[in-house]
Amino acid sequence: MYSRYARRYARLVTMPTNAPSPTAERVGGTPTHALQDVTASDSTLRRFLHGLPGVDAVGLEARAASLGTRSIKTTAKAYAIDLAISMVDLTTLEGADTPGKVRALGAKAVHPDPTDRTTPATAAVCVYPDMVATAKAAVAGSSVKVASVATAFPAGRAPIAVKLADVREAIDAGADEIDMVIDRGAFLAGHYAKVYEEIVAVKETCGTSARLKVIFETGELSTYDNIRRASWLGMLAGADFIKTSTGKVAVNATPANTLLMLEAVRDFRAQTGVQVGVKPAGGIRTTKDAVKFLVLVNETVGEDWLDNHWFRFGASSLLNDLLMQRQKLATGRYSGPDYVTVD
Amino acid sequence: MAFEYAPAPESRAIVNIAPLYGLFIDGEFVESSGGDLNKTVSPSTEEVLAEYTQANAEDVDRAVKAARKAFEKWSALPGAERAKYLFRIARIIQERSRELAVLETLDNGKPIRETRDADLPLVAAHFFYYAGWADKLDHAGFGTNPRPLGVAGQVIPWNFPLLMLAWKIAPALATGNTVVLKPAETTPLSALFFADICRQAGLPKGVVNIVTGDGRTGAALVAHPDVNKVAFTGSTAVGKEIARTVAGSRKKLTLELGGKGANIVFDDAPIDQAVEGIVSGIFFNQGQVCCAGSRLLVQESIQEELLESLKRRLSTLRLGDPLDKNTDIGAINSAEQLARITALTAQGEAEGAERWSPACELPSSGYWFAPTLFTNVTQAHTIARDEIFGPVLSVLTFRTPDEAVAKANNSQYGLSAGIWTEKGSRILAVANKLRAGVIWSNTFNKFDPTSPFGGYKESGFGREGGRHGLEAYLDV
Repeated sequence: MYSRYARRYARLVTMPTNAPSPTAERVGGTPTHALQDVTASDSTLRRFLHGLPGVDAVGLEARAASLGTRSIKTTAKAYAIDLAISMVDLTTLEGADTPGKVRALGAKAVHPDPTDRTTPATAAVCVYPDMVATAKAAVAGSSVKVASVATAFPAGRAPIAVKLADVREAIDAGADEIDMVIDRGAFLAGHYAKVYEEIVAVKETCGTSARLKVIFETGELSTYDNIRRASWLGMLAGADFIKTSTGKVAVNATPANTLLMLEAVRDFRAQTGVQVGVKPAGGIRTTKDAVKFLVLVNETVGEDWLDNHWFRFGASSLLNDLLMQRQKLATGRYSGPDYVTVD
Repeated sequence: MAFEYAPAPESRAIVNIAPLYGLFIDGEFVESSGGDLNKTVSPSTEEVLAEYTQANAEDVDRAVKAARKAFEKWSALPGAERAKYLFRIARIIQERSRELAVLETLDNGKPIRETRDADLPLVAAHFFYYAGWADKLDHAGFGTNPRPLGVAGQVIPWNFPLLMLAWKIAPALATGNTVVLKPAETTPLSALFFADICRQAGLPKGVVNIVTGDGRTGAALVAHPDVNKVAFTGSTAVGKEIARTVAGSRKKLTLELGGKGANIVFDDAPIDQAVEGIVSGIFFNQGQVCCAGSRLLVQESIQEELLESLKRRLSTLRLGDPLDKNTDIGAINSAEQLARITALTAQGEAEGAERWSPACELPSSGYWFAPTLFTNVTQAHTIARDEIFGPVLSVLTFRTPDEAVAKANNSQYGLSAGIWTEKGSRILAVANKLRAGVIWSNTFNKFDPTSPFGGYKESGFGREGGRHGLEAYLDV
């Protein structure tokens, strides 16, 4: 039943799982780039962040909404769906997580659609640190990475020593990626250097063994100006990815805040030569939404970010909708929730 | 591998265009006494869409007589009754909006994204808004029971055919006037479809009459002795001619003419949003907008950064089939307009301005012009003074707020301006000094029926929209 899909779209759906490392990519530890001076002290950092151009909320949201009206059909849709699947960080972050649940998630990440082996694997599974070993075993031998939230996720309200221990545990258990949360309290109190130093410390702990995603919890930072400042702060401190949210608060990823972060990584690369990834997380549940985000990527930063080394979706229910839409493209009709796996 | 958008054309099956259209006079489609016909083409393909009637002076006279006859009863109706018809028209426009959007895109060449998301919603909103005024004229600030003028002769341009019709007809009808409207020569179809909507709404015969044709028809309408009010939107040259014709008569006149809007970007502007505003300011409707932000005044200290962002953004504009839902830039409306844009841009180059366009393939048939940017432009350049009415942006610089104001005002026009800064006090200070009828801050080309629109200087006089828009059709 899927051979038709393969025939029609095979040319389009060979998804790269990893982009080649750009020459300017840093090699763990302290970042080296053109903007090093601005992090010299709390006051230089503040001056720099407050000197960034302001964000006009109405204009930003209008631009995001207008890109949301792009009509993505047929071959473009097939491409977008497979690309989106390959970018999912399949996530379970519940108090009730068990080894069984994590194993099921891992199996699904490796083969999202058991009836169609041409379906790309997801980028990663994302779990709490104590589930990393289980997740690692579940995805062994595949391209799927294991990402772990750490640093007292989601609140981040713990002493730095505890946060770093959390990170070390996850890495020792084999995590390929660490999703840390910033100290929003410190950020909102204007203690940018504290936030910066914490990210630097976590980055040092990650070393060369894990890529670091820095979560801002944009819903708590509240203003677009804050989100732009946090994005630059995170990138200056050595983030490999900047990520919108934990998925645990009322407002998570939106087209507007993701567009803003895409503009930030674009401008940061233009100034420093360093490319940073973007991960919207939380609240993206449908194929339609995911495609809108890919359009944002395509028309803001372009091709260089259109693979899962540089762009991810933090999501759980999104994957099943992507799979159902994929089946719809192949067969011409909707299947239904019983034709994709529950996890 | 690139994310290529597959073609996503809106179906034109929803529109049924007749091969030939007559004139809409006294509630019926009728033939001309002369029998001359014109063709209207799709600017994106040069395909002939339909033939329509060239109205002569005799036809115009018939239309004005029908409007005069209808005026007595229409103006005597209670405002609430007139409102019913306008509300009905507004609802029918909403119901038929997809059809009308496709039609407008075919006849005008503008992208379906704009007709669908801007033109049609604004058209319906305008009728809804003035329907609301019809029974509240006593409270509009013109005294009790303000009287209508009589028969309004209205001549509209081709850049927003249906929207300009709405701007003219909605306030005229709400205040109790009857109208004879002449749509532009290159875009008559949506007005003819509107005639059908009037019938569908059961509007009394003769309240709205549509006469099609070229400038001769317009001249006959403007000169007709039994017209009480002339309303014109279009070029400054034709506006001057109309003013001369009307001078010394009892006719009231409003003119909405050309512009050379200054979009002023200060160094503390939200850059990414300013770039979006510059793009929508000059590339919305291929720049064929009288209030377009065709002069970019950028503070010299951020010129480089801003231009780099702007060029990058222009490279993502999608030019092509106007019916494709992903098209940003459609076709130029006519060969004549294309020739004018081509000539003015050639002059810009000849006068030493630096020309830039993104890599952009133009379709082989139809009228097309790539988005174009001129840098090193000064106040002395023709492209900084003359209205180009196309997708061409002239970039000038300034050093201080005073200089920005001086340069923005240094124009024979005064229709629109934009101010980009994060500083609220500067917005107010600069706006107070600008001689322009419409000033946008941190946005551009936003329209709303509640907001008055019109110009200073050679951009015309009179206001359309809002409470002010009623005045143009009342005997006050």
